[in-house]
Amino acid sequence: MKHIEKEINSLKEEIIQMWKLVVSQLEKAKQSFINSDIETAIEIVTREKSVDAFELKIDSDCENYIALYSPVAVDLRLVLSLLKISNSLERIGDLAAGIARHVIEDECNNNSLELIENLQLEEMFDTLISMLSDGLVSLEYESTIKSEKILAKDDKIDQIYHNSIYILSEYITKDTSFTLCGLKLLLPIRKLERIGDLCSNLVEDIVFYVDAIVLKHNEHHNNN
Amino acid sequence: MIEAKNINFYYGDFHALKDISMYMKKNTVTALIGPSGCGKSTFLRLFNRMNDLIDNTRLTGECLIQGENIYNKSVHVDELRKKAGMVFQKPNPFPKSIFENVAYGLRVNNMGDKKFIEQRVEESLIAAALWDEVKDKLKKSAFEISGGQQQRLCIARALAVSPSILLMDEPASALDPISTSKIEELIHKLKEEYTIVIVTHNMQQAARISDMTGFFMMGELVEYSDTKKMFLNPQKEATQNYITGRFG
Repeated sequence: MKHIEKEINSLKEEIIQMWKLVVSQLEKAKQSFINSDIETAIEIVTREKSVDAFELKIDSDCENYIALYSPVAVDLRLVLSLLKISNSLERIGDLAAGIARHVIEDECNNNSLELIENLQLEEMFDTLISMLSDGLVSLEYESTIKSEKILAKDDKIDQIYHNSIYILSEYITKDTSFTLCGLKLLLPIRKLERIGDLCSNLVEDIVFYVDAIVLKHNEHHNNN
Repeated sequence: MIEAKNINFYYGDFHALKDISMYMKKNTVTALIGPSGCGKSTFLRLFNRMNDLIDNTRLTGECLIQGENIYNKSVHVDELRKKAGMVFQKPNPFPKSIFENVAYGLRVNNMGDKKFIEQRVEESLIAAALWDEVKDKLKKSAFEISGGQQQRLCIARALAVSPSILLMDEPASALDPISTSKIEELIHKLKEEYTIVIVTHNMQQAARISDMTGFFMMGELVEYSDTKKMFLNPQKEATQNYITGRFG
């Protein structure tokens, strides 16, 4: 293997490690949010620093790679994509930590199972985790076969988010004492919706890297 | 403007160019890239018939400049070389003064009187971005100026006879980064008036200065496309491997 390939592979390996960490953060966010698990929430907040450190390291390594190797073609597309991917992953890490902070700080933690079910929050988390995990596989295998499927899942996330507004509004109408907690509950749900958008961005960046096709702002993602 | 149609070229039994077809538009810069021995310089030299000087070579196909096959019997090679100027890898000024180097082509072709020659020398040195640096030492030997200046002098010499095409064979490969940058700036400016074809081993140089890029390998034109496209998304694996440094 040539030196230049080793450098590229090491950049890719870094982003894969960061991606795995972010998947784990999101999985833990689900566990902590659904079960009001404060201990796990604290762990997520603590590990957020590692996600940030990954972003800084990858940014710096990409800058060095561009400066030293003047990449072109697939190498250039990879470096450009990695810069965007690391930024999106950091944002996802941030949002997962935000959800964890909601669990730690919020006095209305004990939401009823019925409400969680009606809001389809577990499904929302699971869909996002699968989007993120499938995206990671796409990058590892440099395959975009699943990209359309992953992108389509974002529509489901948007749908759950929009439904949640009406469901919460109904609960608040029925029980006005739930107003504050209902409004606060919308905040993490909104964060999950944003994670869906960022997962779509990740897939778009992989498609740009692998297929040299720009998907951004096409019809499918006008709602981003 | 320049067109190659099904060009095959042989050095004896060696098949150096294999069925090359390419069209180069007027006022564009076309970069020819590829590993050593791939045929890119041989291809470049076809356009001012430099290969005619080599024994035991054979050409089939057509080389057209402004629609005329330059290998037709009716074409005068001297006239052709006025139309298609050549700049080589190593600056090769004549052992004459700076002025006489630029005036040489005009004198041997009996082009104009003393006043015209003086005017053309100045214009050519200005066009080659060298005038300001040499205007006070035109009578000094061309060997007294730096390598980068000598290369621009050779460009001025080529421009003096008013060509429409400039053929450049690695014109900056023997120069330092500052001189290289001057040559690249010059190429960028010259394309407003000239059609330029340049052979280069420097990938970044090809990316910076050319509008179109042709990648040659083992006598074949593997890929020929818009430079931006070639360097972001080459269509052939061999091109990608070469420009990313994975070749071989």
